[in-house]
Amino acid sequence: MMDDIKLIEVKEEIFSDNKQLADGLRQRLARNKTYLLNVMASPGAGKTSLILRTIDLLKDDFSIGVIEADIDSMVDSKKVATHGVKAVQIRTGGFCHLDAAMVTKGLDAMDLGGLDLIIIENVGNLVCPAEFDTGAVKNTMILSVPEGDDKPLKYPLMFTVSQALIVNKVDYLKTEDFDMEALKNRALGLNPGLDIFEVSCKTGQGIDKWVDWLRKEVKAFVT
Amino acid sequence: MHELPVTESILNVVLKHARANGVKKVVAIHLEIGELSDLENEWIQRYFDYLSKNTLAEGAKLKIKRTPVVMECRSCETRFKVNIKDMFEIKCPKCGSSDCTMVSGKEYYIKSMEAV
Repeated sequence: MMDDIKLIEVKEEIFSDNKQLADGLRQRLARNKTYLLNVMASPGAGKTSLILRTIDLLKDDFSIGVIEADIDSMVDSKKVATHGVKAVQIRTGGFCHLDAAMVTKGLDAMDLGGLDLIIIENVGNLVCPAEFDTGAVKNTMILSVPEGDDKPLKYPLMFTVSQALIVNKVDYLKTEDFDMEALKNRALGLNPGLDIFEVSCKTGQGIDKWVDWLRKEVKAFVT
Repeated sequence: MHELPVTESILNVVLKHARANGVKKVVAIHLEIGELSDLENEWIQRYFDYLSKNTLAEGAKLKIKRTPVVMECRSCETRFKVNIKDMFEIKCPKCGSSDCTMVSGKEYYIKSMEAV
């Protein structure tokens, strides 16, 4: 005889475990007065370059650490360490994003004690990292000019989960067919609260405005 | 692209509820996933079939309902569905304002499961 099929209400978020872990991490970092920033972008958009520029302008104000995610190399953490800050490399071993559990491992590998700001360099990818809460206070995404102004149409989620959008490689604007106004309208259409910064990590143009934003954020958090 | 960890999470939640309810076998799982997610239904099922081997949920069918992107206008509070392809030019159909916030479309929700 066939058993009766019964319907069981589950009513749970698929990511409830990660969300809980991320919320716990946020509380732990808030108690420690450490600001966690999650930086996301596609490969080659300039995540490491932006982080290095940011460190150089902020290292006199704050004690900074960096968590580097990479599928299988140590290249980025070595670069970051030469700029005089603590860097931890997480090899994600094929994983396309960082989640709260991986960030926790990274934090456990550094001495949190005196750190005011920890920057996460997420895996280069505009899709998956958008879905996973890392425990960060704010999400920043970078879009570089050569990638094109149509990216909000293709990766809307990434633009909706970020609080700051950094448009990097503006030194390419002369040669690229990139419509900055169209990009801004598209991005703000998805996320009206988004703060947008136009920068060039190569020339340094516009970096100060982004760093001012971050400095205010971190100061308000740690004091 | 990240169907594997998503599927693992689904399986963990489902097995927890299966054990709590003392079921013999999970037959189907009802999910609600927002249209903004890039998950592929076919791949979630394939990963699920692989991960659920030798568990109470082996062979369960995933029934996925895609929840539409719904925006709410900040000025007149009208709610309206948006086609994901038109998301870059959102305008309130009532007052024409483009200052809108998303109220749904990013869900990752396990609603219920069928079990014996």
